[in-house]
Amino acid sequence: MTVEPVLTVADLSVRIAGLHILQGVSFTVAPTGVTVLLGRNGVGKTTTLRAVVGLTPRNGEAHGTVRMGGQTLLAQPTHRLVRGGLGYVPEDRCVFAGLTVAENLRLAERRGSTPAYDRVFALFPELDRRARQRAGSLSGGQQQMLAIGRVLLNDNRLLLVDEPTKGLAPKVVTEVAEVLERVAESVPVLLVEQNLAVVRRLARDAVVLAAGKVAWTGDAQELLRETELTRSLLGVGSAEVHH
Amino acid sequence: MDAIILLTLTGLGLAALYFLVASGLSLVFGLADVLNFAHGLFLGVGAYATWWAAGNLPGAGPDGFGFVVAVAFGVAAGTLMAVLVELVLIRPLYSRTIEQVLVTVGLSLAGVALLQATWGADARPFPRPEWTRQVTSILGAQVPNGGLLLIAAATLVLGAILAFLRWTRYGLIIRAGVENREMVTALGIDVRKAFTLVFAIGGAAAALAGALGSVYFGTVSPQQGGSLLIFAFIVVVIGGMGSVVGSAYAAVAVGLLQQFVNYYGTSGLGDICVVALLAVVLLLRPQGIAGKVATA
Repeated sequence: MTVEPVLTVADLSVRIAGLHILQGVSFTVAPTGVTVLLGRNGVGKTTTLRAVVGLTPRNGEAHGTVRMGGQTLLAQPTHRLVRGGLGYVPEDRCVFAGLTVAENLRLAERRGSTPAYDRVFALFPELDRRARQRAGSLSGGQQQMLAIGRVLLNDNRLLLVDEPTKGLAPKVVTEVAEVLERVAESVPVLLVEQNLAVVRRLARDAVVLAAGKVAWTGDAQELLRETELTRSLLGVGSAEVHH
Repeated sequence: MDAIILLTLTGLGLAALYFLVASGLSLVFGLADVLNFAHGLFLGVGAYATWWAAGNLPGAGPDGFGFVVAVAFGVAAGTLMAVLVELVLIRPLYSRTIEQVLVTVGLSLAGVALLQATWGADARPFPRPEWTRQVTSILGAQVPNGGLLLIAAATLVLGAILAFLRWTRYGLIIRAGVENREMVTALGIDVRKAFTLVFAIGGAAAALAGALGSVYFGTVSPQQGGSLLIFAFIVVVIGGMGSVVGSAYAAVAVGLLQQFVNYYGTSGLGDICVVALLAVVLLLRPQGIAGKVATA
């Protein structure tokens, strides 16, 4: 039986300031588990996520087809996509540094739906304890938890998570990976991640980008087992693949 | 000593006027990245609408409660003008900065020309309550009541804006949007509604400045908005884009500096000192006193 993907990206091209960042990218995201988007620096992983969520910059343009369920995403405003169930955790967290933790969370509340504070505080009890602290004074790991918690306050059909472990201490990386593992039990995740240990732990499917095009798609664990393939696609040594 | 008290209070009156114009300008730029050269027009519309209402609107007049009605009409007209400008002219141009500047500069020039064509280029006497023409003795200094009225109004507006930013949902959205507008949309919020709201707030405050500034000066003229706008921009840059509190501090600094230097130095030297202060701030602290944070 064919499983209907939660997200279908077809022939996606993005040009920013005259540069072709993505050139005809096509892939699908399974309705369960974690699909990881891999590739060397600058191949267009973040650009792909941002195009899906409607955040291609003003000096750029995106063409192609992006569908979530029966809904066409490209050309729709970001706030509408997010309200439609597309959760987005950006690279570098982007918490509002001048607001408190509670205010950051309150901002994600939506009229007409009950915010799932229980779910968020069960995953991140630290956020409850630090509710009155300014987000700018949190550690990198705590900010990442706030960024993820903010998105989990509402129900999502798909989560886009961009490099959640970037710049974090190894212990915090493990904590973030654990949280994402639990989150992925209830909602599919399209993850951009450079840390192959995290990829090994979380990902079921992988899409590898190279020079703005899809270079490989398939089983993420199989990719990681094939050391030569991983090295040629991602430019990492065997030590990094196996740890 | 009397002179110092008088200069301080008249300087604060001038600062109040600058703050009323600059607060909205700062929020609009901080949130929407719109450098609104038409902001002075909202002031002009507020002043002329108040002037017109005092003489023509049933229930309004130059004194007592009638004057309150006239000012309320002026503020409503300025607010409506600001909302229309945002919805009709600015909204289609949010991703096009150069076109925004051209449109707002053009609108500002066209607005002044329209006021001139309708009511003439010369300043007209402004109807105002008798008590605003009088002075109050404070520690021996005879301070014009019109200036005190401006200080009281600006203080109330500052308190109201801070309370709005601190305690309301839209205030939260504006504070967050000033920090990172894109991330606000990524949380499912239509930030364009907040844009319209900050234009409305800015238009209302500028229109109030137009009405009360005309009370203070005793006249209303089509060029009033443009000349105040230059100093309001300086206040916004010194205070920090998007910071209401920063604008308040900067307005006080600019108002007092102008008043004292013009009195103890040569007339006009105060303006030069304000520009020098702007240059110093830009060199030492380019983000302004409070940076790009909508403080509550």
